[in-house]
Amino acid sequence: MTDTLDASAAVSAATGATAPAAAGDGAGASPASLITGGGVRTIPMAKALNAGLAAALAADQKVLLMGEDIGPLGGVFRVTENLQRDFGGHRVIDTPLAESGIVGTAIGLAMRGYRPVCEIQFDGFIFPGFDQITTQLAKLTARHEGSLRMPVVIRVPYGGHIGAVEHHQESPEAYFAHTPGLRLVSPATPHDAYWMIQEAIASDDPVLFFEPKSRYWPKGPVDLDSSGIALHASRVVRRGTDVTVVGHGAMVSMLLDAATLAEEEGTSIEVVDLRSLSPIDYEPLLESVRRTGRLVVAQEAPGGVSVGSEIAATVSERAFFSLEAPVIRVSGFDTPFPPAKLEGAYLPDVDRILDGVDRALSY
Amino acid sequence: MSHTAETLQLLAPDGRLVENESAERYKPIVDGLDESLLQSFHRTMSVIRAFDIEAGNLQRQGQLALWIPSLGQEAAQVGSGYAARPQDHIFPAYREHAVGHIRGLDVVQIIAMLRGLSHGGWVPEEVGNFHLYTLVIGSQTLHATGYAMGVQFDGLIGTGDADRDTAVMVYFGDGATSQGDVNEAFVFAQSYRTPQVFFLQNNHWAISVPVSVQSRTPLFHRPAGFGIPSVQIDGNDVLASYAVTLESLDAARSGEGPRFIEALTYRMGAHTTSDDPTKYRADDEVESWRRRDPIARFETYLRGLGASETFFADVAQEAADFAADARRRTLALEPPAAESMFAHVYSEQHPLMDAQREWLRSYEASFGGDA
Repeated sequence: MTDTLDASAAVSAATGATAPAAAGDGAGASPASLITGGGVRTIPMAKALNAGLAAALAADQKVLLMGEDIGPLGGVFRVTENLQRDFGGHRVIDTPLAESGIVGTAIGLAMRGYRPVCEIQFDGFIFPGFDQITTQLAKLTARHEGSLRMPVVIRVPYGGHIGAVEHHQESPEAYFAHTPGLRLVSPATPHDAYWMIQEAIASDDPVLFFEPKSRYWPKGPVDLDSSGIALHASRVVRRGTDVTVVGHGAMVSMLLDAATLAEEEGTSIEVVDLRSLSPIDYEPLLESVRRTGRLVVAQEAPGGVSVGSEIAATVSERAFFSLEAPVIRVSGFDTPFPPAKLEGAYLPDVDRILDGVDRALSY
Repeated sequence: MSHTAETLQLLAPDGRLVENESAERYKPIVDGLDESLLQSFHRTMSVIRAFDIEAGNLQRQGQLALWIPSLGQEAAQVGSGYAARPQDHIFPAYREHAVGHIRGLDVVQIIAMLRGLSHGGWVPEEVGNFHLYTLVIGSQTLHATGYAMGVQFDGLIGTGDADRDTAVMVYFGDGATSQGDVNEAFVFAQSYRTPQVFFLQNNHWAISVPVSVQSRTPLFHRPAGFGIPSVQIDGNDVLASYAVTLESLDAARSGEGPRFIEALTYRMGAHTTSDDPTKYRADDEVESWRRRDPIARFETYLRGLGASETFFADVAQEAADFAADARRRTLALEPPAAESMFAHVYSEQHPLMDAQREWLRSYEASFGGDA
């Protein structure tokens, strides 16, 4: 991985209590965790997030990272690897083990003008912080009638396919997509991860940033010159004519695999990467459904009262006369996430997606 | 009652200064109080009591959805409120009307909130850094700790510049001490050594549950377990509240880390106007606290110092005028436009807000009015 980085850059590891990191100060030194120069690099999502966080830290002295084990360890997924070394312990802060404390103090820091980026270690551990996120973070701008902004990002590694224990494989995004005042995005590729984390940090609104942990390691291209698309835009990532399938995060690569398989059998699937779950950018999706007449919504999360349900309802309302079939949901079951040996039966896979496509085509 | 042998008191209920070893330590502060500040203590306690009673009346007359009385807690709030410096930041719970008034908040903005017209909405930096009320019990303690971390990162402690060094003070009640957030705030405050004072008003009742159910130990013993220096004071003694808060804020500003004050006081009224304290507490308990009334105590002290009858008459008139003015302005408060509910959910453009605002607009217009 290091061959993709500018290894010649000098490391500036300010660790004093008040001295700012040298990054971006024009002195010519650049933290090693920054990817410098332009062009396209092929890196894993975890490295793209690391570089995106480094870029945000370098661009704005008010950006702080906080979370459990994010310092010398670099986070349990190494997404913050070397960032404390490069930007100092006052910018990359190991916190006590208390999620409500992390979010609650991040709110106070944002009130003081900082832009905190909190790491929640695993999806299922966000709930001790749920109260601060939903009753405080989400509502403070409205409570202040706009005079206060809440530029807080909460990073949440989420989703299954990693064979882990209870609370480590869940997809709790619907709780937050349901909460007014929050934004919620989820990248599906290293390119989007690199750019969306920087755009989320630049947003003056609170952003829940859901990282599909099963996609941390596969490599993909990152165009370092341009994101090419707005933070909250959805995007057609494969053209097709028979059925539209939509998903987010780790589901997108599975949808693309399903489309490839279906093509061999003569079915043309159009794939939409949702990218943003709150707000949802419906226009590309509706435009697609108006052409294909059929929609399958896929997600790892349980299907009941979920993002997929919301999309099904909205598309039914807004594209009713274009639909040739009901909107089909393919999702995790409405059970607790099962023990890891059963996750293959719980999580939608390519076959379950294609089964959904077949059902949509059967009308 | 939860007074302990260690409870610090400077002014006894009979209006005389306490003379003992711990009181001696604060004597320089008490001796240094000038006449005008002493008069301000009395004026503010009296004005806010009159306002508080008037606001309760407004609720009973159907003008407010709810009122949150502060009656009986004036000394704890006024002493601590006057001890803060202009650059300090105050995170209240929801009963600190006197502190807001001291910091420059128009207390009719509190009424607007309880009349159902806003969720607060004031700009802290425009009202003496007095932050918004927080109704989820104890949540604000973490905001205060985070804010204090920011003050520390900004290098605004321990410089020795009295006009720059900054502290944060957060208010909360005895019920809040059972919340996880309050305990996490202690943890974070100690981890980062924040410039912060935790000010607990122990008014002895978390709605209907007495403090004895929240804790089997005096509450100020808890932060001590986190390593935070803590003290218990007679919260109906405005001099103790002022002196101890002044000392604690100075320590926080100078970089000594967080401090904790437990002020023993009593909620003379209901938790809110929706509450009925006759169902759960005895009249003789209320009566015993009436004899410890913070304003009467301080009035006796001021008379002993030679304050004139005219002064007290003037304060009484000022309090009555303040309450009448609050009533007049309350009755003139109108609800905001319905569309305002969409205005500040997000600070940046949001398609759902735009669509729903437009929908409401056209729905209202469909009735053919001039909306």
